[in-house]
Amino acid sequence: MPDTPMITIEAVNKFYGIYKALDDVSLDIAAGEFFSLLGPSGCGKTTLLRSIAGFDTPSTGDIRIDGQSVIGTPPNRRPTNMVFQSYAIFPHLDVEENVAYGLKRLKLDAAEERRRVEAALEQVRLGHLGKRRAHELSGGQRQRVALARALVMRPKVLLLDEPLSALDKKLREEMQVELRSLQKAVGITFILVTHDQYEALALSDRIAVMFGGRIAQVATPKEIYQRPTTRQIADFLGGMNFMKARITGETATRLSVETPRFGDVTLDKPLGFNARNGTATIGIRPERLRVLWDDARADFELAGRVVDRHYFGEITHLIVDVPGMEQPLSVSETNNFGADDIPVGDAVRLAYDPDALVALSD
Amino acid sequence: MAVLSGTEVEQRPAYPPKNRVRWTASEEASGLALISPTLLYAVALLFLPILIVVAYSFWTQDYLTIDRTFTLQNYRTALGEPIYQDLLLRSLAISLVVSVVTVTVSYPIAWFISFHGGVHKNLWLFLITVPCWTSYLLRVMSWKVILGYGGVMNTGLLSIGIIDKPLTSLLYNSNAVVITLVHSWAAFAILPIFVSLEKVDRSLIEAAHDLGDNKLMSFLRVTLPLSLPGVISAFLIVMIPTVGDYVTPKLVGGKDGVMIATAIQAQFGKGANWPLGAALSVTTMVIVSAMAGLAVLALKLLVRMAK
Ligand SMILES: Nc1ncnc2c1ncn2[C@@H]1O[C@H](COP(=O)(O)OP(=O)(O)OP(=O)(O)O)[C@@H](O)[C@H]1O
Ligand SMILES: [Mg+2]
Repeated sequence: MPDTPMITIEAVNKFYGIYKALDDVSLDIAAGEFFSLLGPSGCGKTTLLRSIAGFDTPSTGDIRIDGQSVIGTPPNRRPTNMVFQSYAIFPHLDVEENVAYGLKRLKLDAAEERRRVEAALEQVRLGHLGKRRAHELSGGQRQRVALARALVMRPKVLLLDEPLSALDKKLREEMQVELRSLQKAVGITFILVTHDQYEALALSDRIAVMFGGRIAQVATPKEIYQRPTTRQIADFLGGMNFMKARITGETATRLSVETPRFGDVTLDKPLGFNARNGTATIGIRPERLRVLWDDARADFELAGRVVDRHYFGEITHLIVDVPGMEQPLSVSETNNFGADDIPVGDAVRLAYDPDALVALSD
Repeated sequence: MAVLSGTEVEQRPAYPPKNRVRWTASEEASGLALISPTLLYAVALLFLPILIVVAYSFWTQDYLTIDRTFTLQNYRTALGEPIYQDLLLRSLAISLVVSVVTVTVSYPIAWFISFHGGVHKNLWLFLITVPCWTSYLLRVMSWKVILGYGGVMNTGLLSIGIIDKPLTSLLYNSNAVVITLVHSWAAFAILPIFVSLEKVDRSLIEAAHDLGDNKLMSFLRVTLPLSLPGVISAFLIVMIPTVGDYVTPKLVGGKDGVMIATAIQAQFGKGANWPLGAALSVTTMVIVSAMAGLAVLALKLLVRMAK
C-alpha cells in the first residue's frame, strides 16, 4: 500500500435536519484499490459516495483526494467520475456522443477525441453500437455506456452507485467479472456501493460495512466473512448460527468461553467487545458444519436430529436440533453426497472445526 | 433474427406473420371504429368552418349576393395591395416578437419553479394562473391604466424624477401591443415549459456536472435541449393566436398597432366583402403555419449547435 491514500475521509458527519445520515465516518482508501461500501438500504452508502463526488457536502469533517482537501470543490473540478445507479445516459445523444460528452470540454483535436471514444467503447465491448440512442439499448449496454463515459475521462477515482442492481442475475454475474477485470486493466481506484454482499465479496480488495450511518468494519472480503466483529455484520453477510457462551477468562486480545455444545474454546476478542453479565455471543457459519456419513469420525462432533430441510439446487440447508442448545443449528451441505435425501426426523452427526467459531460483539 | 458483429447475439422482435387478416378485422380498424363518433365530430367542427372560409376566398361578393364563380382576384388583392402587405408583415413581426419575448421571460420563471420551487411548486403555478381569472378584456384595459398619459407608469416615473413630463410613447403603438400580449400569454407559455423541465431527469444534470460541466454548460447542453419540446409548444401556443389577435391592437395599439385581424374584421363587417376577408384569413393562416414550421426548425438547429 502506497504511503498517501488516494482518498482520506476524516470524521465526516452529515445531517439532514436532525437526522444523522453519516455518523463520524473515517476511511482511508489506497490508490488502485477496489473498495466496496456495503450495507442495508438507508445506511448512508449513497450519501458517502455523493460526498466524495461532490454532490453532497459533509456537515463536518474533511475529505481528501490524492492529498488535496476537496471540501468546497464542485463535482466538475474533482478528479472523480461517477456511474449513476440509473446510468443517466443522455437521451438526446447517441452512444458516441455520450462517451465524448466530458471530452468536449478538454478541447482535444478531433482525431484524438475519436481515438479515445473508440478505445473506451472497445474497452466495454460496445464498439459496434456507437450510433444508438439510450432508448435503443438494453440495461447491460446502458451500464457499459455509463462506464465508458466515466472511464474515458481518466479519473483518479471511479465511483459506482449500485451499478449492477438493475440487471438480472445472470447478466449481473457476467458484469461483475467484467468490472473486476476492467479495474485490473485500468488500475484506477474503484469505489463501489452495493447492498449485495456476494457482489462485495466477489469484487473487492476491501469492504467497509455500514449500518445506520456508521462504519462497522473495514477489512478484506475473507476477513469480513470469516471474522466479522459484530453479530449484525455476521448476520448481514450470509447466515450464521449464534449461541450464548459463558466467559471463563479474558485477556486484552483473547477470550475463553464455555459453549453449550462446542466445548471450551479460546477465541480472538473482537474490536469493541463488551461482556454482558459474563456471557459472549459466539457464531459459526452453516457451511463450517459438516454432516458425518455412516461411521466416519471427526475430532469434534455434535449429535442432533434433522427438523427441517431446504433445497437450493447445489446445496441443502438442514435445520438440526442439538439437545442442550437454545436454537437449532443451520447446516449448509453440498448435495454431492445426498444431503438432499436425508429425511426429516433422522439423527445426524455433525463435524466442526473449533477454529471456525468466532466471538462477536453485540 | 439477425446476428450482429461483436460479442453478442441480439434478438429482434419477431414481426407479425405476413398472411394478414382482413383489415376490417384488425386492431387498427376496431380502434378507428371506436373513436369514430368523436373523430367525426372533431373533424366536422374543425374542418368545416375552414372549408367554408377557403371556399369563400375563391368567390366574389356584390353587395349582398355571392357570385360563386372561381376567381383568384381576392388573393391578388390580399397579397398585392400595399396596405394588406404592411398589415400582414406587421402582424407577423409583432407576433414573432411577442412569442420570443414571452418564451424568454417565461423560461426562467418555469425553470425557477421547477428547480427551486421546493415543496411549493403547485402553489407557485397556481399563483401564476391568478391573472387569468379576470377577463381578457379587463387585463388589456388595465394596461391602458398602467401605460396611459396620466397612468401608473408616467406618474411613477414623474414622482421619482426620471422624467419631467409624461411620456406619450408608452401607449397606442406596437410596443404597447407587445407588452400587453406578453403579459396575457405568459402563463400559457410557462406551463408547457414547466412540464418539460419537470420531465428532465435530475441525475442527467448531475452526470453533466460530474463530466466537467459548470452550471451554465450543463444547462445549455442538457437542460435546454431536453426541455426543447416545451419551448416549442410554448412558442406555437403564443405565436399562432397572437397573429390574429383583434382586441389588444384595437384597445392599446392606436394607429401604429393595427394588425391584420382588424382588416379581416372590417371586410366581414363594414366592408361587406366576405370573400376578401376570407382570402386574407387563409393567407394569414398559411403564412403563420409556414413561420411556425420555420421557427421550430430554427430552434432545433440552435440546440444542435449548442451540443
Ligand atoms: N436529501 C435528503 N434529505 C433528507 N434525508 C435524506 C436525504 N438524502 C438521504 N437521506 C436519508 O439519509 C439516509 C441515507 O441515505 P442514502 O441514500 O445514503 O442510503 P443508501 O445507503 O444509499 O440506501 P439505498 O441502498 O436504499 O440506496 C436515509 O435514511 C435517507 O432517508
Ligand atoms: Mg443508495
